[in-house]
Amino acid sequence: MISITVNGTRHEVDVPPDMPLLWVIRDELGLTGTKFGCGAAQCGACTVHLDGAAARSCVLAVSQVSGKQINTIESLSTDNSHPVQKAWIAERVPQCGYCQSGQIMAAVALLRKTPKPTDDEIAQAMSNICRCGTYDRIRSAIRRAAAEA
Amino acid sequence: MDAPALSRGTFIHLTGTLGAGLCLACSVARCAPSAKPVAQEFAANIWVRIAPDDTVIVVLNKSEMGQGVATGLPTILADELDASMDHVRTEFAPADPRYVDTQFGDMITGGSTSIQDSWLPLRQAGATARAMLIAAAAKRWGVDPSTCTTRDGTVHHQPSNRSASYGSLAAVAATLPVPADVPLKTPDNFTLIGKHSQRLDIASKVNGSTRYGIDVQLPGMLYAAIARSPVFGGHVKSFDATKAKAVSGVSDVVQVSNGVAVVAKNTWAAFQGQKALQIVWDEGPNANVSTASLFADAERMAKEHKDERVALSRGNPGAASGTVVEAVYRGPFLAHATMEPMNATADVRDGRCEIWAPNQVPLRARAAAAKGSGLPPERCTIHTTYLGGGFGRRLEADYVEEAAEVSTAIKSPVKVMWTREDDIQHDFYRPMSVNVVRGVLSGGEVTALTHQVVSASWLRRWLPKALKNGIDGTDMAEVTDAPYAIPNFRATYIEHDHAIPIGSWRAPNANWNGFVTESFVDELAHAAGKDPLAFRLALLKHNPRAANLLTLVTQKAGWGRKQAGLAQGLAITFWNGSYGAIVADVSLQDKMPKVHRVVAAVDCGTVVNPDIVVQQAQSATNFGLSAALTGKITIRNGRVEQNNFYDYTVLHQTDAPSIEVHIVPSTAKPTGIGEVCTPPIAPAVGNAVFVLTGKRVRELPFSDALA
Repeated sequence: MISITVNGTRHEVDVPPDMPLLWVIRDELGLTGTKFGCGAAQCGACTVHLDGAAARSCVLAVSQVSGKQINTIESLSTDNSHPVQKAWIAERVPQCGYCQSGQIMAAVALLRKTPKPTDDEIAQAMSNICRCGTYDRIRSAIRRAAAEA
Repeated sequence: MDAPALSRGTFIHLTGTLGAGLCLACSVARCAPSAKPVAQEFAANIWVRIAPDDTVIVVLNKSEMGQGVATGLPTILADELDASMDHVRTEFAPADPRYVDTQFGDMITGGSTSIQDSWLPLRQAGATARAMLIAAAAKRWGVDPSTCTTRDGTVHHQPSNRSASYGSLAAVAATLPVPADVPLKTPDNFTLIGKHSQRLDIASKVNGSTRYGIDVQLPGMLYAAIARSPVFGGHVKSFDATKAKAVSGVSDVVQVSNGVAVVAKNTWAAFQGQKALQIVWDEGPNANVSTASLFADAERMAKEHKDERVALSRGNPGAASGTVVEAVYRGPFLAHATMEPMNATADVRDGRCEIWAPNQVPLRARAAAAKGSGLPPERCTIHTTYLGGGFGRRLEADYVEEAAEVSTAIKSPVKVMWTREDDIQHDFYRPMSVNVVRGVLSGGEVTALTHQVVSASWLRRWLPKALKNGIDGTDMAEVTDAPYAIPNFRATYIEHDHAIPIGSWRAPNANWNGFVTESFVDELAHAAGKDPLAFRLALLKHNPRAANLLTLVTQKAGWGRKQAGLAQGLAITFWNGSYGAIVADVSLQDKMPKVHRVVAAVDCGTVVNPDIVVQQAQSATNFGLSAALTGKITIRNGRVEQNNFYDYTVLHQTDAPSIEVHIVPSTAKPTGIGEVCTPPIAPAVGNAVFVLTGKRVRELPFSDALA
């Protein structure tokens, strides 16, 4: 059994130690807001927070994150009231929406570290892929969240 | 997420006052298809039901894959109904022939047809429901229906100062006859159409609660991954499952028609088992096919005019004399790479097959389920989920058939999940093409043009009845329907039949032909010593709609403005009734075009939701730009060489331009917006690259052409 803390709740999971955190979150805990996109840390759809920093859960063995605070999109708010969620709604970012959990988690982590990011800092930090091409609006939403914080 | 036990098994999207935008997934196995009224609901027709609590349930026969139909379609209906968008929730229709569209006679979400196809039926459905609610109120109050008015989901009778909400009238309305030929609003009376309203699906898309196909969870469900032949057309000769079965969590290994399926208690174990399989493949007849061999074949066919068919001809291009400009363009295969990899969940037990799948084709999914399960289609139920992208890939139902087959074999509900590698290597690709173009200039004007297309036909497999005179019209898109009036013109088609599976890819195949047409017009303009805008406008005197759009986009972009290190490129293309035009501001960085700013203009007829139109213009532009910069699928030894996003690279934030969108005001019938800005971006960038470098790019991606 491996012990992990997700969204403040401790779970004992009976999985192989090399199982990526993504699949533990999705298949074992049933938290499906975190998405699978590539399995190779390329796209960022699986982005979660490890002790507050963005991490790609599809390549993180669950055994490596045992002592850490893991947070998923489900923990941001119960009513879409997180400033980044509000900015995402105001700028009308999502289209298909599949990558947006990861985009939002990456943005929250960026703003925690760099509260007023420049456009270049946004571009560098936000390496998540969006095939709907919502990039322009993601930038606007991060600028808005930074300005309104 | 805990799924409440709703009475219908479908993905129900509650919005506005009904649960603050929560997306509630009801995935109760063995439940009946949706779109059946529950007690107390007023089912005015197959499109709309009104519940006693005032909820307006709109049934969507189109899939929501990001393009906004789950907002746009209910907006059309709600306008005629005079409902409040706050009361609207949506359901995806079951696979049921009653829900076929008019364009395909099928349930198809594609070709930018959703709004145009639903425009009249949904308005009629809303207007009819409204008339019945008025009749119900008039009956209750004993007044003349013509003295009643409606607004925001309420019937009012001004003279007696009475009003009743739609929900309170539902039970009575349900007993009334359905009127015929209810008059529709005139556009000046629209209250929702043409005005912005927030997407109904946005709340659930910022908190992870939208349920996509990958998120389906059923009691007792297993997970599977399938090893498919790496060579197209290959088959399993033999396999050894020992190592796969040794993977912790793997419960079963079964051969299916498409390969070998590894069944496990979670996705990761299934993926590990898939990797551990030892399979000897019969590679079949295609093991020597390569991109190089296919291009050599296509170029030979072009030269030999092999089975060449004339798609459009006017005048006599052969007789024109003057300066000849000739060029050959080469376009690569492309994968779709939707963010949500292919997947489907099947439950085949007790003579029934139930499928949950993100798909663009519910009736075809049902046929695929029937094939995979061996059951008649009437025994198969399709639940269409939200789609994590489609772009044409989910116009296929291969993933559904597989899932039904695996569930049948293991007698258990199962989710078949594709890895990204499976997704990249087993796609239905945008076909490679060779285009030979030849123009004749005389007195600074183009007097003749021939355009020969060598490409594969996806419609021959997917919709054979759409072929005309043996020609796949999509292979000639942006050739025969390019906007220009050239007096002597001939477009010809050579079908290149080959082993690589091909399909529909956002704006097929204007997405490639538009690059050729718009790059070559630019070549001709430069050869004639003319400004590319003036040159185009001279060819558009007969087509004010296209000319106006070009004028608009170039005015907004400041065409001709000099900016240090930057050049502008221009293009306009047509797609299924709509025009899109783009001006791109481009510089060169490390031999690659860097697009700083895009100004796009679109003419798509009447606009239902202006912000979704802007979204789609931005999305389609970036989709085209992504492919133009680095997109290519190559074949070696009969198999795809690319694997994942590290070698099939797509657009990232660092290369995404700002995109400003202008919409031409119009009262014409709506056409479409999901695709029209994909074709013009690549030629706009290429035309700017020519200004910057003097090099004419005639093959894509730019990363190859400028290497």
